[in-house]
Amino acid sequence: MVSETVELRGHIIDSLILPKVLDEIMTLGGTFEILHLAVGQRREDPSRAEVRVTAPDAQHLDAILGRIGQHGAISLAGDEARLVPADVDGAFPDGFYCSTHFETWIKRHGQWIAVERPEMDCGIHFDPATGRATTVPMHRVRRGDLIVIGHAGVKVAPIDRSPERNVFEFMASNVSSEKPKAVVIREMAAHIKTARAAGGKVLVVAGPAVIHTGAGGYLEQLIAGGYVQVLFAGNALAAHDIEQALYGTSLGMSLDAGMPVDEGHEHHLRAINAIRRIGGIRRAVEEGMLKRGIMHACVAHGVDYVLAGSIRDDGPLPDVITDAVNAQDAMRENIQGVTVGIMIATTLHSIATGNILPASVKLICVDINPAVVTKLADRGSFQAMGLVTDVEPFLRALAEHLVPGGGR
Amino acid sequence: MLRHAHPAFQTGPYVTIMRPQTSLLMCPPDFYGIEYEINPWMDLRRPADPERARAQWRALYETLTETLGVRVELLTPVKGLPDLVFTANAGLVVPSRLKLPAASCREASKCEEGEARSTSARLPRDKLRGMRSQSTFVASRFLHPERQKEQPTYEAWFRARGYAIETLPEGTCFEGEGDALWLGDALFAGYRIRSDIRSHQGLAAMLGCEVLSLDLVDPRFYHLDTCFCPLDNRRALYYPPAFDDYGRRVIHEFVPEPIAVGDVDALRFACNAVVVGRDVVVQSGCDTVEKTLRAHGFTPRPVDLSEFHKAGGSAKCLGLWVPSCEDKEAG
Repeated sequence: MVSETVELRGHIIDSLILPKVLDEIMTLGGTFEILHLAVGQRREDPSRAEVRVTAPDAQHLDAILGRIGQHGAISLAGDEARLVPADVDGAFPDGFYCSTHFETWIKRHGQWIAVERPEMDCGIHFDPATGRATTVPMHRVRRGDLIVIGHAGVKVAPIDRSPERNVFEFMASNVSSEKPKAVVIREMAAHIKTARAAGGKVLVVAGPAVIHTGAGGYLEQLIAGGYVQVLFAGNALAAHDIEQALYGTSLGMSLDAGMPVDEGHEHHLRAINAIRRIGGIRRAVEEGMLKRGIMHACVAHGVDYVLAGSIRDDGPLPDVITDAVNAQDAMRENIQGVTVGIMIATTLHSIATGNILPASVKLICVDINPAVVTKLADRGSFQAMGLVTDVEPFLRALAEHLVPGGGR
Repeated sequence: MLRHAHPAFQTGPYVTIMRPQTSLLMCPPDFYGIEYEINPWMDLRRPADPERARAQWRALYETLTETLGVRVELLTPVKGLPDLVFTANAGLVVPSRLKLPAASCREASKCEEGEARSTSARLPRDKLRGMRSQSTFVASRFLHPERQKEQPTYEAWFRARGYAIETLPEGTCFEGEGDALWLGDALFAGYRIRSDIRSHQGLAAMLGCEVLSLDLVDPRFYHLDTCFCPLDNRRALYYPPAFDDYGRRVIHEFVPEPIAVGDVDALRFACNAVVVGRDVVVQSGCDTVEKTLRAHGFTPRPVDLSEFHKAGGSAKCLGLWVPSCEDKEAG
C-alpha cells in the first residue's frame, strides 16, 4: 500500500468538488481518509480539506493523483517537479511519471518548462546543463539521467476532440455510401494541402495492400507532387513495390492482367535478392537498376523512409531495420516537423507510429477493416479522421484532388 | 445616461457594487480570422469571411448601442491577434476596494427579488465615480500560447484607465468572463478545458465571494459562457450535457430556475448570449430558446454571428462587462 496526502481548497463543498474527488478515488481503486476538514463558516468562505489517498501500489496511486489533480487536489509534497537520477541503464526509477502525447510542462525552480517531443508512454528527462526537458523512452535511459517522478509539478494540456469524429464514426459503419466518402477524401486532401502550405511535413505509413491493389502509382504521384516527405513501412511494401518495378507482379500476380504469372511466386524473392546483391535501394536507383515504383520515387524525390522489419519478413531488404527498438528510434527521428500522418492499410506500423506521434499531429486513417480505423483514430487526438474503404479508390481520389492530372 | 442596466444591477445595492457592469468592452474584427486551431470549432479550412464578420459585428454593436442603449467602449484591434475580438476572455473586472464584508453580501442576497432599475437610480454619481477609480482588473492567464499574446494589449488598456491589475498565481490558467459568470452573489466558474480549478481558489480569495466550480466535460463547450448564461438572479440558460452530474447538481442547487437548452440551440451557441435587462442578444435561429425566453418575459434580440461561430464564439464572447466611463467625463 502506498499513500500520499493531498490538499483541496476553495468552495469544495457547495461545488461538490470534495465528494467528486472522494468518488474518483474509490472508482479508481483507492481509499481515502480525511485528515483535516475546515468548512467555511459563511457561504463565501472557502473550505480546506487534507485527504490521505491510499492505493494498492504506486501505479494506482499515480493514476488517482493524476485524475483528482484536475479537480484541484494538490499533493502536499509540493508543486515542483520531483527528479530522481536513474539508478540503472535502460529503466526508469520507480514511480516515474508516465507521459501522454499531449503538450506537457514540468515545474523547476518556479518556472514551467515545456517538455520537448511529446510522446505517450515515455518518461520525462530533465537536463540540468541545458535546462531542457524531453520525453525519453525506457530503453534510452542512462544511469544518472534525472527523471521526473510522480505527478507533482507536471502540467498537461489535453487537446479537444473534433466534431469531425462524428463524420468518422458514421464512415466507420457498414452503411457508409460512396457519396460521403468522396466528401471525406476531399476534406482530407484539403487538410494535407493546408499542412503543406504551412510548411508541415506529411508522413505516410503504408502497408503492402497499396501495391497488391494496384495503387502504388497513385502514391508515386503524391510523392512526385511533393505531398509526402516521410514514408514508414515494412519489408513487404518495399519488396512488392520493387518486385512490381522489376517484374510487373505483386506476390506473383500480374498487376496488368490480374493473373498469376508462371514462376511468379519467386519474383519477390528474386527482387529482394537483387537489391541485397547491389547493396540497397538507394544504390539500386543510383545504378539505374530500379527505375520506377514507390521506393524509386522516395529516393528520387528525397523522401525520408524508415522500413521496419518483422518476424515473418523474407530477406529482408538491406534497408530494413530488423531491430525493433532501433526502428522505433529511427521513426522518432523522422517524425520531427510532421504535421499530418496518413496511415493506409497497415495495423502494426500505424499503431507503432501512433504511439510516437504527439497529439498535435493530424491523423488520417484508412483501412478496409473498421476495427483498425477505430483503433487508430480513437487515440485521444482530436485531429483524427478515419475512412473505411479499399486503399486503391482512396489513393486514386486523393491523387486526383492533390496532383494535377493525378489519379490516372 | 444608461437607459437599461445589466441584470447584475437588479440585485441588492451591495451586490451591485460588486459587479458594476455598465459598459461593454468590444474590439472591432479588423484582424479577426481563423489563423490557428485551439478548439474543435476552429478549422483552418473554414476561414471566416472578413466582410461578413465585419457586418455581423457591426449589427451586434448597433443592436447593443442603438436598440438597447448599452454604452460600448472599443479596444483598438491589433494585427496578428485574430481572437482579440473575443474580449470576454480578457479577464474579469471587480472593484476590489469595495469588496464587502461577508455579512452585507448575505443580506444583499436576501433582497435580490427587486425590480429591474437603472444604474443611476441605484447608485449616486459620486459612488460610481469612486467605484471606477478603484476597480481592479483580474487579468486572464490563457492556456494557449496563441492567446497569451493578447494579454499585454488588454492589460495596457485597463492600466491606461487607472485599473489595478491583479494576476492569479503562476501556473494557473484563467480565461476571464469566458469561464466566470455572476449569478446572485456567487461566481459560477468553469474549469478543466481552459481555466483550471486552482485559478478559482485565487479568485475566491481575491473577491471574497463564493466561487462555484463547474467541470466542463464537452470540448465543444470549452468555456462556461458557451453553455451557461445567467439571465437574472433566479434564472440561467444552461446546456446539461456540457456538465457532469456534480455540475448539474450544483446548478440545480444554486440556480433557483435553471432553464435547459436543447442540443440544436446549444450547438448554435444560444447560451453565449448578452443579457441587457430584459433583452437577450442571441445568435439568430435559436428558435426554441427564443420562445422560452419570451415565455419567461425576456425579449430575444437575434443577431447572426455565424462568422464568429467558426472560431467557437458568439455574442457574449465578443464583449466584456466593465464599469461605465461616463463618470470619468463627469469628474
